[in-house]
Amino acid sequence: MTGKRLREILGFSLLKISIGIVGLILIIILYDIVSKGAGKISWEFLSSMPKKGMTEGGILPAIVGTVLVTIITAILAVPLGMGCAIYLNEYARDSKITRLIRMSIRNLSGVPSIVYGLFGVVLFVQSMHLGTSILSAGLTLGLMTLPWTITASEEALKSVPDSYREGALALGATKWQAIKTNVLPYAIPGMLTGTILGLARAAGETAPILFTGAAFYLPFLPRSLFSQFMALPYHLYIMSTQHHAITKVRPIAYGTAFVLIALVFTMNLFAIILRYRLRKRKME
Amino acid sequence: MQDIKIKIDNFNFYYDGVKALKNVYMDIRKNQVSGIIGPSGCGKSTFLRSLNRMNDVILGSKAEGKILIDGKNIYEPDVDVVDIRRRVGMVFQKSNPFPKSIFDNVAYGLKINGIKDRGYIAQKVEKSLKDAALWNEVKDRLNQNAFELSGGQQQRLCIARALAVEPEILLMDEPASALDPTATLKIEELIQELKKKYTIVIVTHNMQQAARISDFTAFFMLGELIEYGETSKMFTKPSKKITEDYITGRFG
Amino acid sequence: MMLKKYKEKIIHGVFFFNGLLVVIVLLGIFALLVFTSIPAFKEISLRQFLFSASWNPTSYVKSSYGIVSMLVSTLMVTLGALLISIPLGIGTAAYLSDVASPRVREIAKPIIEILAGIPSVVIGFLGIVLVGPLIAKIFGLHNGLNAVNGSVLLAVMALPTIVSLSEDALKSVPKSYSQASLALGATHWQTLIRVKIPAAISGIIVASMLGMGRAIGETMTVLMATGCAPAMPRNFLDSVRTMTSTIAIELGEVPYNTAHYYALFGIGLVLFIITFIVNMSSDIILHKYERKAK
Repeated sequence: MTGKRLREILGFSLLKISIGIVGLILIIILYDIVSKGAGKISWEFLSSMPKKGMTEGGILPAIVGTVLVTIITAILAVPLGMGCAIYLNEYARDSKITRLIRMSIRNLSGVPSIVYGLFGVVLFVQSMHLGTSILSAGLTLGLMTLPWTITASEEALKSVPDSYREGALALGATKWQAIKTNVLPYAIPGMLTGTILGLARAAGETAPILFTGAAFYLPFLPRSLFSQFMALPYHLYIMSTQHHAITKVRPIAYGTAFVLIALVFTMNLFAIILRYRLRKRKME
Repeated sequence: MQDIKIKIDNFNFYYDGVKALKNVYMDIRKNQVSGIIGPSGCGKSTFLRSLNRMNDVILGSKAEGKILIDGKNIYEPDVDVVDIRRRVGMVFQKSNPFPKSIFDNVAYGLKINGIKDRGYIAQKVEKSLKDAALWNEVKDRLNQNAFELSGGQQQRLCIARALAVEPEILLMDEPASALDPTATLKIEELIQELKKKYTIVIVTHNMQQAARISDFTAFFMLGELIEYGETSKMFTKPSKKITEDYITGRFG
Repeated sequence: MMLKKYKEKIIHGVFFFNGLLVVIVLLGIFALLVFTSIPAFKEISLRQFLFSASWNPTSYVKSSYGIVSMLVSTLMVTLGALLISIPLGIGTAAYLSDVASPRVREIAKPIIEILAGIPSVVIGFLGIVLVGPLIAKIFGLHNGLNAVNGSVLLAVMALPTIVSLSEDALKSVPKSYSQASLALGATHWQTLIRVKIPAAISGIIVASMLGMGRAIGETMTVLMATGCAPAMPRNFLDSVRTMTSTIAIELGEVPYNTAHYYALFGIGLVLFIITFIVNMSSDIILHKYERKAK
């Protein structure tokens, strides 16, 4: 065995160890959450209100809160994200402004989530007088999710062949007609996939909702979009750091973590299956 | 009778189940230039790449038969492919210098073979560049990026790079097809010089080039070796009609 | 006919405005941070803010607003995270691009995607319940909430970014380089180390920088797992409090429109500027690389 060969075997072993470690990390994470959290899951846990200062009872308000806030996020991020992507891919030419827009998107995706929270507090909670509410939190998360929906939508638009556009234009359609009838129908499924992934990420975020509406103990469902709300990620955070009986409520924390991961995974899975189905349909 | 450097013995090659080379028998002579001609898609490049087992990197490929270099079959399971590739150098159709300096390009082969002596490396780099007729043009700018050379110079750099590891055989896949006539001429002159030390196998789609520079010519079609012999004879009195048709330009 | 044209122009304008919106949002965030932090410097000296290590806004004796300890804390956990995630990330990326069979790649890519999708609060939670006790046991500490913990967790968060961008960079190295290297008698490993990785280095650097940006901006993981003691950390086994943690901890309790309140926005501004610089630098590097390749 030559020295070259030996070094190759060693080197590739190192690489295999790398992926092994990464895989191991994921397995540990999932194993811990699932093994210690799944036991807590019951219909009661998922459907009842918290009781006794959150030492007993369920997490229904948190689930509902997360769902509601994610809906608001979607209402802001999806149409505006798609619109921006349509502009960039269908209308924009390579100019200073276009480059500026793209640079802004990249930077926005790098802004720390807590800074979005700061922005939300001043803009939505205070200036727009929305107070700490589902609306404020949802809008804040929406801004944070924008770069994701834009990027995902743009990829979907890019994958529509130019011939579709040209075909419509050659028949006398206006640009918008061509887009509406010959591009969007084929791009929307892909846009949805990417958008769902972005929303899954938003559902798991805590920092932007810390000060824009999330509350810890509300043993009732939110009354309106203007009320404060419980949320799964915030719940997990408080349960594991600031609760007065931390060790006692640890099982509830695990249960919350499990539900949160399950929610995020389900959304991701849904998006991946959607993407798979679309790819299949495209090949037909 | 000159020495036979490479003996191809009933060699077959498959890409994903499709037979690309059929029952090839050929004796390639030492220190001679053997030219491979034939219409597009006839398997010329596949044949060339079989001689240094570069085809191995293509998934789904399979080789049958023997290729013997100095009497030893390179397709035997215990053969060190990496070593074969050092002994059988290759120059590609489109020059592919590394994104490194001129010096580092030529020195690469030495470094991967464990040579660390800087003085020795510098010596070998100079010699290889001289053998490739490039030294005078680059000796003052060895640290420049290889991409700043012209196309013809890059190709000669690739030749120098291949020569640095002291191969016995040099495979060239249409080495001048991307070059202008002046650069092509330089490469052809170089090949005539190189054959004194190396056995050269060159694929070309340019028949006039084959006639000019190769001592022996092999005509392939659809994966089969149709005819093989001394160039002068092949081009004046080929024994198969189809060879004659190709050479006279009736098709191809 | 005129109506049609007019309608088209309006639609174009609407989409253009939609596109411009992102620029407006970015500028808006910047402007808001600036305007909300400026009032702070009526009472606090900029010098103290930027150069003092003592952050004690609620002190009875003398309140101080120095961010140096926070900067150091952020730097420590970020550096620690990069030390772990860059080699691991490049190794994984190299494995995926050069060693893995297509079947293995089919399994490995979802693993990376799933890892990327785990919410930061869950990672932070595991820092408390899993990593913390482990660190405490290894180093014989009272609890394991410190910079080491934070580094490990941030490494996990930065990994997916580093892996996928590095893999893209390696994949886009022209095949001709690998072919040339193999034809000279190099092994695949030698080709990877001596040719492919150097050729992809700009992309790998950008991947690492974006991973670093993620680590710097992370809030929940460090908030939950690093102990959050506001003093200047002495070593990696000390509790640290990053800039993000400070904002997260104090914004909830600080009264609106006080110097303290404005100062927190000042920290937010510093964070924004840092991540902005990281992003712009990676843009420049990528741009230079694209030009060289041509």
